[in-house]
Amino acid sequence: MSDITKQSLSELVKNIKDKKLSSEEVTKAFISRSEKSKELNTYITEDYSSALKKAKKFDEKPNLNLKLPGIPMAVKDLFCTKDIRTTAGSKILENFIPSYESTVTQNIWNEGAILLGKLNCDEFAMGSSNETSFFGNVQNPIDQNLVPGGSSGGSASAVAGQLTPITIGTDTGGSIRQPASFTGTVGLKPTYGSCSRYGIVAFASSLDQAGPMAQNVKDCALLHEVISTYDPKDSTSIDFKRNEYSKELTNNIKGKKIGIPKEYRVDGMPKEIEEFWHKGIQYAKDCGAEIVDISLPHTSYALPTYYIVAPAEASSNLARYDGVKYGFRAKGENLIDMYEKTRSEGFGAEVQRRIMIGTYVLSSGYYDAYYLKAQKVRKLIKNDFDEVYKKVDAILTPSTPSSAFKIGEKKDDPVSMYLNDIFTVPVNLAGLPGISIPAGHDAKGYPLGLQIIGKAFDEQNILNIAYAIEEKINFKNKITDWWIK
Amino acid sequence: MSIDLKTIKHISKLSRISVDEPKGQKLAEDLNSIFKFIEKLNQLKTDNVEPLTSVAETTLKLRADEVKSKDIREQIIKNSPQDNEDYFVVPKVIE
Repeated sequence: MSDITKQSLSELVKNIKDKKLSSEEVTKAFISRSEKSKELNTYITEDYSSALKKAKKFDEKPNLNLKLPGIPMAVKDLFCTKDIRTTAGSKILENFIPSYESTVTQNIWNEGAILLGKLNCDEFAMGSSNETSFFGNVQNPIDQNLVPGGSSGGSASAVAGQLTPITIGTDTGGSIRQPASFTGTVGLKPTYGSCSRYGIVAFASSLDQAGPMAQNVKDCALLHEVISTYDPKDSTSIDFKRNEYSKELTNNIKGKKIGIPKEYRVDGMPKEIEEFWHKGIQYAKDCGAEIVDISLPHTSYALPTYYIVAPAEASSNLARYDGVKYGFRAKGENLIDMYEKTRSEGFGAEVQRRIMIGTYVLSSGYYDAYYLKAQKVRKLIKNDFDEVYKKVDAILTPSTPSSAFKIGEKKDDPVSMYLNDIFTVPVNLAGLPGISIPAGHDAKGYPLGLQIIGKAFDEQNILNIAYAIEEKINFKNKITDWWIK
Repeated sequence: MSIDLKTIKHISKLSRISVDEPKGQKLAEDLNSIFKFIEKLNQLKTDNVEPLTSVAETTLKLRADEVKSKDIREQIIKNSPQDNEDYFVVPKVIE
């Protein structure tokens, strides 16, 4: 079968279960395509030979009751993988080899999947274009010199380019949904506390969540079902009853109340986005959903709040990189000099910028004015959602204010880069689940996404709405393989 | 409000990141544009609002204080940039 890499996860699982394909055949196909796709720069670390060994071993005694039987998969390089280098896209972790496995990846291997390699991302997940990675830019399979979004840029590019049937990313302010939107793929940011943070390189602990990235909603639901587990090793993991999301997936959304927030109509938004949003609303109506106009009055305060809370937590989390216990060390004249040079040479510009912002807003004399203020506004943002969820079951918005931009276009202007996350950040601040699904192409032929935001722990509902709208939209990603010579 | 080079030097010291003059100038410029954007929060009155520290509305679970990882010294030491037997090595701190 030459078209193995074109199959969705669900098709591959079925074909392996029906013994029409072996894990080795599938693994070989994705390795071969990944090897021809080096120009995309999606992989930081490849693990092909052990992947093949594991696939052969799986085929010898295949356990076909597993949810991901012998499925090869590459993952974002922010998840610690035992004995496999984990860099977080940073020079400071260039040679870091974890002695333990993250809970989310362990859950995936427990269901029979096989690691292909580690995918490129913005350094410490700080970025919206994958341009802050120490390991270089990632190309978007949609077009040459186009960013794939970020921070899970390598993950999005690998799924869209069919180098992996499915993957996982992490989302602190939009890092799953924005790259999904930029590459015509589906990405789910689960409710805070749904997927364990154990073994994920920390960025902003009160916002970080892992989630699935896929070619379609059904695959996304299946992977979410695998990775969402209660984990005592993460003190904010929440013990609630989880669904079998893929089995319970339905396109019947009749009577569901879907809110349309007026504050998401921002100035300068391309008219295609407005059009796709209207189409999405119409499709939801066609499926029997009831559309309700709502207001989330503090929406425009979400980004400024995020750019205090996230850097503050980051400056604290990244204090551990001191050149002593692990990671890169620079030579210094004394201990302090060693610390300062290690961090100055080991972290890239954006990470240093955020550590500095965070240090400043937490420093004596500024804490109340910035950090405490931001925590209070965060409460107001969460209250907005609590209030509208008395009236609606979910919220429909665009995923991003624009389609993908060219590499280098926004690199030197941090604020314009931050504006990418204007529609995704409020969801993280409130700890809610959100999913981005492809809605269509703009005039340049670049994909645009729609976001469905749910109530906390109501992933099933937003997956169902996404599934119903996906069917109506019938989106086809335009992948020309331009990078394959 | 404006962040000058002196403030940058102070933050650089607190965050243990060395900053020379040109880098400091660039950082001051970036931070000023970011804080200009953050200042928007001052439009909101928040005197009677409770700060939100975590969205996870659960109390932390307690567990028995037991040793679960044993004999992992070697695994931990092996990632250090410099070590000597069972110790991390740092530049001399006592004259």
